[in-house]
Amino acid sequence: MAFTAPKETYPGKVYPVGMGTAEKAVIVGGENVLPFHGFEGEIPGKPLVALEVQDVPPQDWPKAVRDACESVSGDPVSWAKHCQDALGARAIALRLIGTHPDREDRSAEDAVKTVTDVLAAVQVPLVIMGSNHVEKDSQVLVAVAEAAKGRNCLIGKAQEANYKTIAAAAMANDHQLIAMSELDINLSKQLNILITQMGFAKERIVTDPMSSALGYGLEYTYSVMERIRLAALTQNDAVMQPPMLADLGMYVWKIKETTATAEDMPEWGTLPERGIAWEAATAAAFLLAGAELLVMRHPEAVEAVEKFIAEMEV
Amino acid sequence: MALTGVQIFKLLPKTNCKKCGYPTCLAFAMKLAQRQASIEDCPDVSEEAKRTLGEEAAPPIRPVTIGMGEKAVTMGEEMVLFRHDKKFFHPTVYAVQIKDTAPEADAAATIDEVLASEMERVGQHLRIDALYLSNESGESAPLEALVKLAAEKAPGFPLIIAATDASVASEALAYVEGSKPLLFGANAENLESMCRLAREKGASLGLVAKSLEEASELTEKAKAHGVEDLVIDPGARKAGEILRDNTLMRRAALKKNFKPLGYPILTPVQRDDEMLETLVATVGVCKYSSIVVLSSVKKWKSLALFALRQNIYTDPQVPMQVEQKVYNIGEPDGAAPLMITTNFSLTYFIVAGEVENSKVPSRLAVMDCEGLSVLTAWAAGKFTATKIAQFIKESGVENEVANKELIIPGYVAILSGALEDKLEGWKITVGPREANAIPAFLKSR
Ligand code: SF4
Repeated sequence: MAFTAPKETYPGKVYPVGMGTAEKAVIVGGENVLPFHGFEGEIPGKPLVALEVQDVPPQDWPKAVRDACESVSGDPVSWAKHCQDALGARAIALRLIGTHPDREDRSAEDAVKTVTDVLAAVQVPLVIMGSNHVEKDSQVLVAVAEAAKGRNCLIGKAQEANYKTIAAAAMANDHQLIAMSELDINLSKQLNILITQMGFAKERIVTDPMSSALGYGLEYTYSVMERIRLAALTQNDAVMQPPMLADLGMYVWKIKETTATAEDMPEWGTLPERGIAWEAATAAAFLLAGAELLVMRHPEAVEAVEKFIAEMEV
Repeated sequence: MALTGVQIFKLLPKTNCKKCGYPTCLAFAMKLAQRQASIEDCPDVSEEAKRTLGEEAAPPIRPVTIGMGEKAVTMGEEMVLFRHDKKFFHPTVYAVQIKDTAPEADAAATIDEVLASEMERVGQHLRIDALYLSNESGESAPLEALVKLAAEKAPGFPLIIAATDASVASEALAYVEGSKPLLFGANAENLESMCRLAREKGASLGLVAKSLEEASELTEKAKAHGVEDLVIDPGARKAGEILRDNTLMRRAALKKNFKPLGYPILTPVQRDDEMLETLVATVGVCKYSSIVVLSSVKKWKSLALFALRQNIYTDPQVPMQVEQKVYNIGEPDGAAPLMITTNFSLTYFIVAGEVENSKVPSRLAVMDCEGLSVLTAWAAGKFTATKIAQFIKESGVENEVANKELIIPGYVAILSGALEDKLEGWKITVGPREANAIPAFLKSR
């Protein structure tokens, strides 16, 4: 019995979504095959990893990852510059966590200043995320979308409860939009439909099906991503064809496995290796499930994932 | 593709003699199609039908077991390409390499580390499952010494003995005859002698190919030499090639019923850069490797890979459940808040995570609702006032708290009145609907 490779082609493809400007501009998505299946189709871009930077010092991050940015994280501008210049980040994800009413409750004007300063300091594409507070994000993201006009950013996250204002602001200022729903393929599809019904181009959406950490619900995110990608490719379902975001650093860097010291948990091995491996393995699993854009926190985890991505190209 | 009941029926004698224990040949055929009966039960079936059915009934990926006793591992028998369709069946085996050029003390230490790697996580015992003992020296005595050491320290433990010269491996295999090792390293040049050795020593055989074409030829030849318990290394080394070859093999076996590639896959992922090695192992676990060979035991690496394998190999139809009990988060004193939620693992992880974020020491009562989330459990009548009251009473938490106050999820605010009736002396407080509002809620109290 002679072997013939059972290669597959699909009717659908993932939209290529552009971010950033000039020579630093990048494209995520665009492939017409399952993740890393370059042997049977087209993968024009490679997955993009954005290093996370916050508008306030990351006091709530565990030591293993806080240490990695300690010298620069007191100020978002030097932190972002460090990511771009010293670490070679291909993109930066600025999270405006300080605007959350339960945190520093920084105002929309404060956020605008941070975004403007960071944009002035870096050339790589910027993902701009709110604090995930539904009401506050509508104010903050509307203001920063305007301030970032012309830089072709990816902003979000728009959720069911606040997508209208955020999508309108992204549309008016020519940005791309993150649409986030909670770990359910149907909710994800529904939100994309609602957003496109406003006249927002479906080719400018990035889907966030909600992330998780290895060991803490990873299998749900993994399977929701695989199902979304299969729907996009095999059923050619246009609403399911945006590229996917895995915003995973925030889930990884709060669990026991990335926070407990080697003294407390001798059988778990050393930090920071344990935390770095945890974040990088979470990232690798989501890349295999279909994510094209990752938001991560530890520079060494990002370095490992970049090497991994290079090795996945055949 | 498996045969249908009607197709099987056509192969039977059609006499309805009932000797098989079923009233008709058709009834028996239907049971065969569901794999609930064995063709052996029909005494009158033709040899040809038996052969056809035997081949058809075989799982598309052949099961292969290595090791003996409770540490033995079985691979193969997978039925799907995507884990959301059906549970991935036999979890990936993690093997750690020891070279026969390593000093004996180092080899012994690694074996000890492997044996000590076992840990419990979410109710399962996880460990490095096998040793990969490789003949780097090219000579027979060092390999023999290493296998002897492993056999003495870990009797019955799954061993993969990697060598390319049957005469060199022969002495080593003598030490583990009867405990089902995997002899690994058969290729186009040495196939016949390796098959002979595997047959003699009761070992399964690992084939190393340069391509999938060659792999499919090698398995057919090995079968002709009388060895059927095979494992394939298709030769891929780069992460992307591993994904490609594993995907094509699994597709060929499942979708095309292509028997020559219907065997478990062995994937070597050893790298000097062990962080990268961990990520390449991730490809193996997510995408169809039955054995992943690692370069060393590192606790951080093992922990991450154990969690990954556990996640990928859970049953997607059965929600992961957390044990019913009252969990302490931080070190709650008598005045600490008490909250309740359901035992769907994702619900638990999210709620517990947000309670941790709040930095307010608390108690979280997790109630067995068969792994349903709060709203679903409520709708299904499993998260009702009566059941919650019973759980709280039986949990004994009453004796630990100073003021009897129970915080219920905002989605089931409707239960608060009924709960106050059923839980006498308790105050019921309605908490937030979404978990991300928990920190603010707890801090504002
Ligand atoms: S024993 Fe065989 S021939 Fe007789 S009823 Fe059963 S299947 Fe039919």
